Amino acid sequence: MSDSAELVKRLLKGDRRAVAKLITLVENDKDAQSAKIMHLLFPHTKKAYIVGITGAPGSGKSTLTDRLTLELRTKEKTVGVIAVDPTSPFTGGALLGDRIRMKESCTDKGVFIRSMGTRGSLGGLSRATNNAIRILDAFGKDFILVETVGAGQSEVDIVNSAYTSIVILVPGMGDDIQAIKAGILEIGDIFVVNKADRDGVDRTVMELEMMLDLNPKKNIWRPPIVKTIASRGEGIEELLSCIEKHRSYLESNNLLGMRRDCRNESELMDVLSYRINKYLLDDLKQSGSYTDLLKKICEQKIDIYTAADEILKILWKKS
Amino acid sequence: MDKKIRILMAKPGLDGHDRGIKVVARALRDAGMEVVYTGLHQTPEQIVEAAIQEDVDAMGLSILSGAHMALFPKIIDLLKNNNAEDILVTGGGIIPKEDIEELKKIGVSAIFGPGTPTTEIIKYIEENVKN
Repeated sequence: MSDSAELVKRLLKGDRRAVAKLITLVENDKDAQSAKIMHLLFPHTKKAYIVGITGAPGSGKSTLTDRLTLELRTKEKTVGVIAVDPTSPFTGGALLGDRIRMKESCTDKGVFIRSMGTRGSLGGLSRATNNAIRILDAFGKDFILVETVGAGQSEVDIVNSAYTSIVILVPGMGDDIQAIKAGILEIGDIFVVNKADRDGVDRTVMELEMMLDLNPKKNIWRPPIVKTIASRGEGIEELLSCIEKHRSYLESNNLLGMRRDCRNESELMDVLSYRINKYLLDDLKQSGSYTDLLKKICEQKIDIYTAADEILKILWKKS
Repeated sequence: MDKKIRILMAKPGLDGHDRGIKVVARALRDAGMEVVYTGLHQTPEQIVEAAIQEDVDAMGLSILSGAHMALFPKIIDLLKNNNAEDILVTGGGIIPKEDIEELKKIGVSAIFGPGTPTTEIIKYIEENVKN
C-alpha cells in the first residue's frame, strides 16, 4: 500500500488515482490513517462549495446530480460528486448503483465521482463522507455535490455537511400532513419537485408552499420550490440559479461562515465521540470494576443510573 | 482496518442482456463486497475511468455481443496507460474457448462462462484480489 504522505503529494499535483486511494484509506481506517491524511490536507481545504442532495429512493437524486454536474461544467466549474448508497446490515456488502445515471460526466476530467456505502451509519451519509468531502476540496473542486442514500423521514445528517441542502420530492407521495411532519422537510434550503410531468405536481407544490407559510421562523430566505424533469434536463438551469442565490444570501448575511463553523464542530464531535468510545470505553470494559458493576445490575443489587455514576467517577479519577 | 473488496461491474459495448450481470452483482453484494454497478452500454474509457475513481480492486465485465476480442484488449490497454494494471480484470458471457486463451495472454485474469456457480466467482475474486 502506498504511503499516505506520498499520496497527498500526488493529490496536490492533480493525480486522480491518489485521490481515489486516499478516499479508500479514510473509508477503511477511521482513526490513525484518517488522522494523518486530514492533518496534511487540512490547510488545503475550505475552498469548495458543498451542496447536499437528498430525497426518497427513486425520486431522481442521481439523475439530478448528473444534470446539475453538466450544468456546472458549462459554467466551467469543476465538480466532485459523492454518492452514498446503503450497506447491508446483514452481510456488510453494498450495491452502489448511482453511477448508472452519471454516464455523461464519467470521462470528463473536470469531474470526480465516488460511490460510498453507508457502512453502518444511519443518518444518510457514511462516517467517512466528511473526510471524502475534504479530500475532494483539497483536490481543488469548485463544487462538491453530496448525494445521500434514499432518505425516508429522518436522515438529516447532510445538513451538518452541506452549505445548501436540496430536498427532492415527487408528486403523489402522501397528503399534506406529510408536509408538516418533522424531519427531512425542515432541512431544505431549496425544494425540487422532480418528475414534474406527472399528475399531481401542482398539488405537491401547493402543499410545500403551505408548509413554508406555516413556518413560524420568518427568515429572509424562503426556500424556493423548483419544478424539474431531471431525465430531460428541464428546470436544471433554474435550480442552479437558486443554488447561487442561496449562496450569495449566506455570504451577504455572514451565514456561510456560521455554517462552516457548525460543520467543523459537528466533525470535531464525531471524532471525539469515536475516540472516547474507542479508547475510554474499551479500556473501561477491560477493567474489573466495569464487570463488577454490570454483575451487580444483573443481580438487581444496583440500578443502571447509579452504576453509570460509579463508572463516570472512576473515569474522571483516571484522567 | 475495515477493508472491503470493491468491484466494478459493467457491460461494455452494445448488448443489452443484463440478467447475468445482475445475478452476479447481487451474489457479490451478499458475499460482503461493495459492488459499483455502472450498467449498460459502457465505453472502455468510461469503465477504466470509473474503476480509477472508485479505486476498485477488481472488475467484472459481461459481454454477450461477440465483441469481446475488441473490448477486452482496449480496456487492458487503457488500464496500463493509467498505471492501473493492478486492477484484476475478469469477465463473463458468451466467449468461445479459443478466445479465452487469447484473452488470458493479454492479461484478463479469468472468464466465467454460462452455468458458473456464483460461489466459484466469489471464491476466485476473494483469493485473487491483492492484499
